[in-house]
This record gives sequence, structure tokens and C-alpha cells, in this order.
Amino acid sequence: MKLAATIFLIPLLLAAGIVLRPLIATEIPQGERRSGYTFMGPETKAMQDDDTANPGMLGALDGEALWNRKASAAGKACADCHGDARASMKGVAARYPTYDKPLGRPVNLEQRINLCRARHQEADPFPYEKHDLLALTTYVAEQSRGMAIAPDAAPELEPFLAKGRDFFMHRQGQLNLGCTNCHDDNWDKHLAGSPVTQAIPNGYPIYRLEWQSLGSLQRRLRNCINGMRAQNFDFGAPELVELELYLMSRARGMPMETPAVRP
Amino acid sequence: MAAALINVPKKAKNGDVIEIKTLMSHIMETGFRHTTSGVVIPRDIITSFTCRFEGEEIFRADLFPGTAANPFISFFTVASKSGKFDFEWIGDNGFSETASASITVE
Repeated sequence: MKLAATIFLIPLLLAAGIVLRPLIATEIPQGERRSGYTFMGPETKAMQDDDTANPGMLGALDGEALWNRKASAAGKACADCHGDARASMKGVAARYPTYDKPLGRPVNLEQRINLCRARHQEADPFPYEKHDLLALTTYVAEQSRGMAIAPDAAPELEPFLAKGRDFFMHRQGQLNLGCTNCHDDNWDKHLAGSPVTQAIPNGYPIYRLEWQSLGSLQRRLRNCINGMRAQNFDFGAPELVELELYLMSRARGMPMETPAVRP
Repeated sequence: MAAALINVPKKAKNGDVIEIKTLMSHIMETGFRHTTSGVVIPRDIITSFTCRFEGEEIFRADLFPGTAANPFISFFTVASKSGKFDFEWIGDNGFSETASASITVE
């Protein structure tokens, strides 16, 4: 009787996807990784594809002006050291975050810009998530558009990358969710009518229609952490940079789309 | 920092229907939103967009609260002769921006 019940139960469980479902979340295989672009509707794709319809390009234009503008005490513009961004910044954003020796930790592109302002331009840092920093970051990252993401391979980064991966994989917050529960296990499904997507950050800073403005990867991450009702971090927090580091490693080899448009 | 992106074909044949696309940088604050402390965020929008070809008005649009930030306006016209398109955006708080683009009609 007991045996018969078990035999009867197995196909039911299989049908429900309970038995075969892996208990531990697994990363998406390299060949199946998809840009957020591929989840979008034709209208939003058209908006990103046309440089004169993509509002992110307005930020890039402002960024170009900032690149050439002299900043405060030292009277130096980005262009005075780096020259033409079209040549000198090509491929730079595709390897960020990178390791900063003096700080002994990874820094993202926004932080690198502000470090450059502090160390070389003797200027005040741009505040996070304000237009100036987003615009300049967009302009720098736009120079890598179409190039494959190639994360910094510095061995010093390994422990930070591991921490970022750990953050992604572990359940947290009042809803007891980990990033992986949506973005690895359920990326092919919908949440509140929107595709879940694979957490591939290949177009930041993005112009997000919901935000009606440009926004950084950290703004997106803070949204997600809020959604999980977990303890959030301030902009520029090391935890967020470590997470960025891990996410960029997921996007390895995929083309940059900055400034991407996302719904 | 205001910036506009204009897309007008550089060349067209006489009688061609051409598409003109414009994108203007603007926050388009509706005036209906409040800060967390309950203070109304004052309205700040573009109220009018005009396109003139060689001085003659060929397209005009009035904009209202509810238009998305960075308004994208696209319209069609018939290319009849070479000349210059002048674009003008006017809005709240004395906002006024212009841009222009030329077309060669063969």
C-alpha cells in the first residue's frame, strides 16, 4: 500500500516540478545569457536604437560638455589629461569596477570620476545620482558602446567579487529573497507584468522610462533591495560596488549598450 | 544645461515625404506632485513647440502636464525646396530654446 502510494506520488511531484527542481540556485549558463534589451517591446527597442530618439544621448551630450569644462582649483578639465574621450575612454567602462590601490578596494566608474576630481582636478566630488555625475559617466561609458564587457582580472579583486556573489546568492530581508531567486531561477517569468530579466548590467547608466531620467546601476540595485524589503545601502557603499563587480562578471563578453533605454 | 537632438534628412528629392524628429531635454514637472513633506513641486513644463521652414510655420504643438520628460516630437512634411528648419521650444519659468537644421532638395 505504502509502495503503491509512493509510485502514485512520484509522477505527481514530477508534474509539479517539485522533485526535479534544483534545491540550490544555479547561475545561468554563459550561452543563455541575454541582455535586458532582448526582453523589451519593439517600441522601447526602437527608442534605444535611434540616437536621436534615445533620451540617454542628451545626458551624453551634457557629459561631453563637462569633459571639456575646466573644474575649480587646478583649472584642469578631464580633456587636459585624457585628451579626446573618443580615443582615451574607449573600452574603459567595459572593465569597471576596477581595483584602486590607494583605497585598497574596488571602485566603480562614478567613484573613479570623483576620485579623479579629488586627486587631479582639486574639485569637489559630484553628488551621487545628480545630473552632472550621471551625464559624465554616460559620456565615458558611451565610448565603450558595442565593445565586449571584459571585467578587471586583478587578483586583488577576487575576495570582493566573492563577497558580491555571496550577496547575490543569499536570501535576505522580510521577503526572504536572494537576487538569484528571481534573476537565475525565474528570469523567464514575469513579476507584476514585467519580465524579470537576468541581471545583466550592460547598459548603465540607463535611461529608465519609469524614472523619467538617467540612473546608475546602484539606483537600480537599491530599487531591487527595497523590493526585497532588505536593509538598503547608501550610494557608493562598498557592498553595492562588490555586487556591481559580480554582476559585471555575469555580463562578461556581452556588448555594452550605454546609454541603454529600459522600461 | 539644455540640449536638443534633431533628426532631419540631409537630402531629399522634390515631393518626398520626410520625417522630422526632435528630442528636447526637459524635466516636464507636472505641478501635481508633492515632496515627502507635502509641499507642491511647482509646475515646470514646455508649453509650446514650433517648427518653421524658411520663416513659415509648418508645425506647432501645445504641451500640457502629463507629457513625459524630454519630449520627443516627430512629424512629417513634404520636401519642396532646399532650406532651413527652425525649431523653438517655449516653457514655464522663461524656458526658451532654439535649434535649426538644413535640408537640400534635389
